Amino acid sequence: MSMHYFANPARFTRLAGRIQPLAGCLAAILLIVGLYLALVQAPADYQQGETVRIMFVHVPSAWMALFCYSFLAVASAVALIWKHPLADLAAKASAPIGAGFTFLALVTGSLWGKPMWGTWWVWDARLTSVLILLFLYLGYMALWQAIEDSQKAAKAAAVLALVGAVNVPIIKFSVDWWNTLHQPASVLRMDGPAIHPSMLWPLLIMALAFKAYFVTLLLARMRMELNLRRIRALRLAERSS
Amino acid sequence: MKQLGAIIQRDLRLAARQGGATFLALVFFVLTVTLFPLGIGPEPAVLARVAPGVLWVAALLAAMLSLDRLFQADFEDGSLEQLALSGLPIGGVVLAKIIAHWLTTGLPLLLAAPILAVLLNMDDEGFAALMLTMLIGTPALSLIGAIGAALTLTVRRGGVLLSLLVLPLYIPVLIFGVSAIDAAVHGLNAKPHLLLLAALTVACLPLCPWAAAAAVKLSLE
Repeated sequence: MSMHYFANPARFTRLAGRIQPLAGCLAAILLIVGLYLALVQAPADYQQGETVRIMFVHVPSAWMALFCYSFLAVASAVALIWKHPLADLAAKASAPIGAGFTFLALVTGSLWGKPMWGTWWVWDARLTSVLILLFLYLGYMALWQAIEDSQKAAKAAAVLALVGAVNVPIIKFSVDWWNTLHQPASVLRMDGPAIHPSMLWPLLIMALAFKAYFVTLLLARMRMELNLRRIRALRLAERSS
Repeated sequence: MKQLGAIIQRDLRLAARQGGATFLALVFFVLTVTLFPLGIGPEPAVLARVAPGVLWVAALLAAMLSLDRLFQADFEDGSLEQLALSGLPIGGVVLAKIIAHWLTTGLPLLLAAPILAVLLNMDDEGFAALMLTMLIGTPALSLIGAIGAALTLTVRRGGVLLSLLVLPLYIPVLIFGVSAIDAAVHGLNAKPHLLLLAALTVACLPLCPWAAAAAVKLSLE
């Protein structure tokens, strides 16, 4: 089965229609189990108290923020190199989801920072680079919006995604570099003792729940995009007949 | 090579006869820097502390605002299409236009920067570093900006979009540029910062015209 097997939209829609509810159920179950373990079962941290529970949302969101951008870049590369018609859709569909996770990571980080660091925001290297990642997502989405011809928009956005993907490590490195120069080492470091299994398990389950949720949303958005295209094509056909 | 020179010459002549554009980028640079003492306050010590950052941020914005000149006029009157059909490699054409863009914006900014640094009361030790970082860093601004300018060619009122695309990519240039000057001002070794900035520009030199050429081809389709 080649990668172009699912280039047929009807075939893809049928399969996606079957996978989507499964992924949705999996996400719901994992989320319930994960939240129970995280909010009820896991012990409060001996230093941070109950606020440590923000971690079970914050860390998976941050992971997903990076995962979505990698996914977006790979899908864009596939679209540019093999001209796979669904890769464009996958890239386009993953951007708002990734931006959402990035925003969630920033907000939860800020909420966690207030009790821990005593301030909503510090220009810490990680926070700053995640903020820049959010801008990269927004730029990508804005470029899609701005170009009317969807074929052209797809290619332009793919070029931008790849340029961004090359730049993400450079930006990350430069921000780390900048931070070691400007930031006094007053910020509390998170790398304390290795994480205890009672916290690790809920974290991993939450991460899997977020992944399953991503798959659900991605498939829903891709199907929506395909249906929109079909509606547009039908309207055009109707008008011309 | 000869054709590259011809394109650069043509763009320079166009810039010279239209006059205003180069001048405007420079005026924008000076004006933005002038706003900072008004905003922050006139204490010399404070201004000296923020001078490298202010100069670089203003240079970044001035370079970005002039990016629409890079391809837009040629795209609108069709000469970009003629250049693409001329049989020259598009990457080469794009590189030539980037060089011309740097000569008409990066270079004037570079020359104006030390005068503004005096106005901002920057420490004497920082001047050599300021000139060096501007010399090494501003070509990267033109190179990276070309990608954004090419991507937004077909977009109506692409200016705001261009800033959203380009500014995040400018961040490394800003960081290495400012940290080199800061290091020199504080009597530290500025060399590692300068080397990293140079590495960035050298990496941009082959990659950016290539990506920008792909984007130009797209908008000509």
